[in-house]
Amino acid sequence: MAPPEAVPQAPEAAGDTVSAVLEARSVSKRFPGVVALDDVSFSLRAGETHALVGENGAGKSTLIKVLTGVYRPDGGELRMTGEPVRFARPFEAQQAGISTIYQEVNLVPLMSVARNIFLGREPRNRFKLIDFARMHRETSELLDGFGVRVDPRRPLHTLGVGTQQMVALARAVSVNARVVIMDEPTSSLEPREVETLFRVIGNLRDKGIAVLYVSHRMDELYRICDRVTVLRDGRHIHTGDLADLDRMQLVSMMLGRDLSEVRRSGVTSFAAEGHEAARTPVLTATGLSSRLQLHDISLSLHGGEVLGLGGLLGSGRSETAKALSGALPLDAGELTVDGTTLKRLTPAAAIRAGISLLPEDRKAEGIVPGLSVRENIVLAAMPRLSRAGVVSRARQDRIVDIFMKRLRIKASSPEQKVGELSGGNQQKVLLARWLCLEPKVLLLDEPTRGIDVGAKAEVQSLIDDLAGEGLAVLLISSDIEELIEGADRIVVLRGGAVAGELTGDDVAEARLLEVLADHAPEPAGPAPAAQEDPR
Amino acid sequence: MTQTAVAPSAKSDKPPKSASPLARLRDPSWYQRYGVYVAVAVVLLFNALFTEHFMTADNFRTQLVQVAPIVIVALGMALVIGTEGVDLSVGSTMALAAAFLPLYLGYGLVPALVVSLLAGAVVGAVNGALVSLVGLQPIVATLALFVGGRGLALVMADGQLKQIVNPDLLSLGTGSFLGIPLVVWIAGVLAVAVAFLVQRTTFGRQVVAVGGNRSAAALAGLPVKRVLIGVYVICGVLAALAGILATARLTASDPSSLGTLMELSAITAVVVGGTPLNGGSVRVLGTVAGALLMQLLRATLVKHDLPDSTAQIAQAAIIIAAVYVARERRSR
Amino acid sequence: MNETKPFTAAPAPVPDKTPAVRPAGPESAGRLRVAELLQRQGVLAVLLTVVIAASFIYPTFASLDNARGVTIQASFLAVVALGMTLVIITGGIDLSVGSVFALGGVLAAWASQYGFLAALLLPLVVCGGIGLLNGLLIARGNMAPFIVTLATLLGARGLLLALTDEGATTYLVPKDSAFGELGQGSVWGFGYPIVIALVLFGAGGLVLQRTSFGQTLFAVGGSSDAATLMGLPVARTKILVYTLSGLLAGLAGALNAARLSSGVTIVGVGMELDAISAVVIGGTLLVGGAGSISGTLWGVLLLAVIQNLINQIGSLNSSYQSVVSGGFLIVVVVAQRYLARSRRST
Repeated sequence: MAPPEAVPQAPEAAGDTVSAVLEARSVSKRFPGVVALDDVSFSLRAGETHALVGENGAGKSTLIKVLTGVYRPDGGELRMTGEPVRFARPFEAQQAGISTIYQEVNLVPLMSVARNIFLGREPRNRFKLIDFARMHRETSELLDGFGVRVDPRRPLHTLGVGTQQMVALARAVSVNARVVIMDEPTSSLEPREVETLFRVIGNLRDKGIAVLYVSHRMDELYRICDRVTVLRDGRHIHTGDLADLDRMQLVSMMLGRDLSEVRRSGVTSFAAEGHEAARTPVLTATGLSSRLQLHDISLSLHGGEVLGLGGLLGSGRSETAKALSGALPLDAGELTVDGTTLKRLTPAAAIRAGISLLPEDRKAEGIVPGLSVRENIVLAAMPRLSRAGVVSRARQDRIVDIFMKRLRIKASSPEQKVGELSGGNQQKVLLARWLCLEPKVLLLDEPTRGIDVGAKAEVQSLIDDLAGEGLAVLLISSDIEELIEGADRIVVLRGGAVAGELTGDDVAEARLLEVLADHAPEPAGPAPAAQEDPR
Repeated sequence: MTQTAVAPSAKSDKPPKSASPLARLRDPSWYQRYGVYVAVAVVLLFNALFTEHFMTADNFRTQLVQVAPIVIVALGMALVIGTEGVDLSVGSTMALAAAFLPLYLGYGLVPALVVSLLAGAVVGAVNGALVSLVGLQPIVATLALFVGGRGLALVMADGQLKQIVNPDLLSLGTGSFLGIPLVVWIAGVLAVAVAFLVQRTTFGRQVVAVGGNRSAAALAGLPVKRVLIGVYVICGVLAALAGILATARLTASDPSSLGTLMELSAITAVVVGGTPLNGGSVRVLGTVAGALLMQLLRATLVKHDLPDSTAQIAQAAIIIAAVYVARERRSR
Repeated sequence: MNETKPFTAAPAPVPDKTPAVRPAGPESAGRLRVAELLQRQGVLAVLLTVVIAASFIYPTFASLDNARGVTIQASFLAVVALGMTLVIITGGIDLSVGSVFALGGVLAAWASQYGFLAALLLPLVVCGGIGLLNGLLIARGNMAPFIVTLATLLGARGLLLALTDEGATTYLVPKDSAFGELGQGSVWGFGYPIVIALVLFGAGGLVLQRTSFGQTLFAVGGSSDAATLMGLPVARTKILVYTLSGLLAGLAGALNAARLSSGVTIVGVGMELDAISAVVIGGTLLVGGAGSISGTLWGVLLLAVIQNLINQIGSLNSSYQSVVSGGFLIVVVVAQRYLARSRRST
């Protein structure tokens, strides 16, 4: 069934039996209406750290799910050290030596570190009962080997995400993984934890374990990965050494855009010219603090401008957005909209003041899947569209019609259940929900995450249009290009506090990366001059 | 199984093809939505053919009168279940209302009714507060009221059964209007009112949204806490009303046994009627049909001289069947 | 106010304590353990306080005789609650135990005419079978435990009625039979059922804490997805745990019949809710993933003591017992909630 040799675009992939510990040969996977993977071949060598890149929708996660036994391929096959393998369920992949570390750690939060690591294979004593002493000892040894010191009896959920990932890695190693797949592992990590992770990956390499590293963080890829595989639209585009590829080449391969075009007009659909910001701010936040999450955040939003909020995940961007929209309980701080200070900070009050938030997780906090497109759109505006508590269909229909047209929402009818729509259309429904309130301030948390390329472009142009119409927009995006090209000004967060601000020409990738990676645990050099108190 | 951040962005944009009638029969969600009506029709048909004296006005009246209190309670239960909750205290609330009634009848029918309904509202408010403000699970919160409520009712009534002699109240229980008993009218009107509430009012749509995705509802500025307290209060008031009507019919206030196992009947009616247990949708007509189905089933078995035990086993089987067609499908 | 300003060289100082990572020092782990201990053994503390206080105030309470009476009454609920604890730890619930308890009693009483072994085995087989049915529907049929066990609650009671001429017949346990002795006999004054309950609790605690099966229970309740991914036999475990619940409820019912010398048909109504109360009061989380056997034992005893106390206080209406129990449940659960909240923020 498997095609014999060279797949035209990737000469190295198929014929690469040089210690190929895991191989995908001409793998295809189809879902109703779309081909997620089309004849993808790629191989992983023992002991290498291999990057897997591609835009959202390129097929990365589908490929991983095929490799880990979550999906079964419709075409093609998988091989481990040359032998064809078939996984009926994820556990079989694990048994074969393929472990996966996700962003959301797949362990049992309420159980202790040691119990999690040894779940299913607990050491026994003479009486066939669990030997906890040995379990704790072996756990400590394992984690010490990673340079991680943690009480093995602690419940997992009391540890930080980084440490939890270490525990997951420790478990993977102890079940004799030969391949470890890491899916965006650093998105929730502090810089310090990232260093630990990289050191551990080095450890794995020394043990001959192959690592498949999925990330869009160019810096990390170039730092720790040997080779890279690029996917686009479900197809394999390229496999090769990272050293032979510079970033722009890599990006243009991911996007399928010509290199010069990318250099010229940028990688996103944002207009190259910025926006005209109003002089006085629409929204001013002063000293927002929430125990353990935000520390004295102050910023201001002007009508007609796109303010980017940058930072690594865990730096407090989503929390800041939630705070600005009244969804985060605050210990201190004030919000002023158009000169009026908000007295009570609740989502309802924020909405009344003209602030709308598009949350990060549209599945958990956005759409109500069982309700129709229409009802999802009018969810926040319902009280305004009702008469004496009774819903007015006529008013709702009018609004829904306007926005479905404006945002080009593709659905069979406004009554279709929103759960049936594609990610991109769901996102547009959520945008419509907030736009139909005619807000003054629009807070967007990862508006283009997990949607197809076409919808992404539409959303980006929409953001441009909205800013052009005078809306104040806050843009949070982990897509560096999107942030750079979309925002007029960027405030960078680190550890829940404002770390800096970029304006004008400083709104560029190099500068942003500098601020993001900047790390000040010890004062290096002269103490910083007295901070100008801008508030 | 959605671990990675990016689901396959491969959801079809194409609308579902319109299904032919036969294909529709194979679609499990069709059964969930309409199965109960089909079942009711089947039972009616069976009885029309095989049961003597079934299709008589007298019999219908009897059946409707017996099912009315269950319908009333089930309406409230449906609202609560729509928010992904449950109210185990409805039976005890009925008993509590029954206990209050004789104590205040001395002041007149209306004051007594008001006090009893208020008692139900208070129970509901406590339930709602425990669930929305303290954050307790509905099972636990309403369990506590279930245990404590009946106890309170017994304490108030000194554990005794009291005869009702107030003629106005008695006529409420036995009176008719246009040949249809008053209790049936009340149940019918309430069903229509609750249906209107769910489908056409802001509050009703908010109930459904809160049950469908609580976080999304909160972020959209919906008054989640108020909605939760609201549904439990409504449920409590309806349970109290059912208790009042049942007491009127029994011509006696019996807090020790009134409403026993009512929560089971109500939950059964709601589930069989197609309202999902994990919230997000409230099927009022389905709930009424569910209650009717269980009632007719019991009546059919009785009329054919089948014992109560068979009725219970049959009920159990129906519940399983209803949940079976409603269960979540795991996609691969 | 905050005008656009150029990027300053020195970024704002990073706060030392970042929210995500907590120091893995002994102090904070210790503090966590204290909170956990408090939650778990808090019930024990309350129980002891109530018992001690009651012994002083009501001398009749502190008698050995009374203790025997209270504990033997409680032993039946205890056995049922043991099974319920295991089920709840996996994140499920079993509403059918009350009916199964009654069914077990009837079956035992009827079978007792055929001897001791029959009297024990028949209820175990049938009730275990009902538990198995629950487990299959829930684990393989993928249906909500609440509703499935609600249906079995009705079905089992229906079966019970069918076997006893609609509740008219009460089977009697033959006088002086070995089976009757099991329910009525005692060792050192404490009835056999109490001993059996204690032995089962001991075994249950051991299984829960020290075997893979126990770990699997916690894993399934804590994160069923993670458990599946780790290859744990999730479905099989669920089936097993509901079967166990049925077995234990049936056993308890049989013992109760032995004690009463008859298969009373009206027992067990609402017993599932008593069991759930005891389990929740004992500190097991209703969402699953955490819990203890000992907590349930204290919870059962606490409820029994309250009931006994109310009976002791002759002037109080016995209905007060329900009110107090209900109030208790609320207080305990609310306290648990605040303990959990404060734990998450340390």
